[in-house]
Amino acid sequence: MTPSNFTRRLLYWLSVAAGLVLAIVPLPDWLDPVRPDLALLAVIYWILTSPRIAGLGYAWLAGLFLDVLRGMTLGQHALGFVLVAFLAHRAQLRMRMFPIPHQAAAVMLLLAVYHFVIFWTDGLTGHGYTGWNRWLPVLSGALLWPLIVAAGDTLTRRSR
Amino acid sequence: MVELSHDSRPIIGRGPPLGATFLTLALASIGLMVADTRYNQLAQVREWLSAAAYPVQVAVDLPFRAWDWLTGSFADRSRLRQENLELTARLRLANLQLQRFAALEDENRRLRDMRENSAGIADRVLVASILNVDLDPFRHRVLLDKGAADGVFKGQAVLDAEGIFGQVAQVHAETAEVILISDAEHAIPVQSNRSGLRTIAVGTGDSNQLSLPFVTVESDLKAGDLLISTGIGGVFPRGYPVAEVTRVERTPAATFALVDARPTARLDRNREVLLVWFNPPAAPLEPAPDPAASTAAAPSAAPATQPAAAPAPASAATGEAAPATATTPEAPR
Repeated sequence: MTPSNFTRRLLYWLSVAAGLVLAIVPLPDWLDPVRPDLALLAVIYWILTSPRIAGLGYAWLAGLFLDVLRGMTLGQHALGFVLVAFLAHRAQLRMRMFPIPHQAAAVMLLLAVYHFVIFWTDGLTGHGYTGWNRWLPVLSGALLWPLIVAAGDTLTRRSR
Repeated sequence: MVELSHDSRPIIGRGPPLGATFLTLALASIGLMVADTRYNQLAQVREWLSAAAYPVQVAVDLPFRAWDWLTGSFADRSRLRQENLELTARLRLANLQLQRFAALEDENRRLRDMRENSAGIADRVLVASILNVDLDPFRHRVLLDKGAADGVFKGQAVLDAEGIFGQVAQVHAETAEVILISDAEHAIPVQSNRSGLRTIAVGTGDSNQLSLPFVTVESDLKAGDLLISTGIGGVFPRGYPVAEVTRVERTPAATFALVDARPTARLDRNREVLLVWFNPPAAPLEPAPDPAASTAAAPSAAPATQPAAAPAPASAATGEAAPATATTPEAPR
């Protein structure tokens, strides 16, 4: 493993871990439903930029840890994370060619899939909340995507 | 023609194909979900994993706690003096009331002993503080900093200074997850302090509102009535305030009235809560005149003991609550 590969791997782990911590940081009530899924956005970013180090297993583990942090049914976020990671891997060659707004739209689609999985498994386990505002993170995540890309590119510029 | 593979991982040491990895992990997560919800097999696994999550949760909570401590320790002297004076005055007043209360409590216990139901009154409490951690925007759950190590158990009642707060839904080693009475999956048996009417208060997902879906149109309940806990079901101690009725809407054509209540506990603003230990009542509290009434009252209280059983309140209470409310006039407390 080259040193640059190692720093990249480290950055990947650190960014996903930071996303997980930010998933439970208290926010004001009006902002809470809009909270973007930063951990998932980080996973998508790394799959698009360095698919060789961002595999499915780590995405699954991150999802599982999110389940534990939030006290949800075990496996719920894990399933969403691994599905999104898989789709991102399959579409990765195309998606990295897209201009940023186009890419944000594709990310929005991935986030919608993720939230659909959560919504669906919520319903199956009897926690169904059907309000429209549970879909807000899809929008906020897509709007945040250009910033994620900018931040990620700044971080990895050195090791490129 | 050269075809690019979707799989852009290194060719050497690539491991199993992407699709196979995905399938394995997806099936693993589905298996986890089934084992967790249907069979409750994962208590031990969850405990280990939550031990790993604990440092993260504490780390998130720490800055907020530090800020509280800072603002507390740099409070200026005159404000502290003022506060001290106020507290002394309040303590004097409370002590005065307490002198009378001690005698009353004694008398009350004697009378209750005569009726052989002194159970259901809180006898030990533990102060716990809520960790500054957002679990889920759409579920009313909070994390306490006390867990199995402090003797907290699943289903334990949680109170604050103003009334009933919730119950423990999950216990970890150092933390415990509490489901608030306002959570849409929670139901608590209550009783009107004025008329003695017994019913169930169900959470709505709004921390300022409970709903009483099983009050018949002709039952004796009006806005301003205080609802207290009944102790039926054995989860909550008896006689603590739960909510105040804010709205009663009766449509003559309907079977049930539309009743809303506001929780007396400060569900969204509290930092400190009390974990309560008490002797759960062994049998149904009231020896009701006819056996049908006592069997009707018990299952209607059952949903509150199991917050996870979501469909229970609806299925159990629609049938049973109507006879239960009908019998209450014969069994005043």
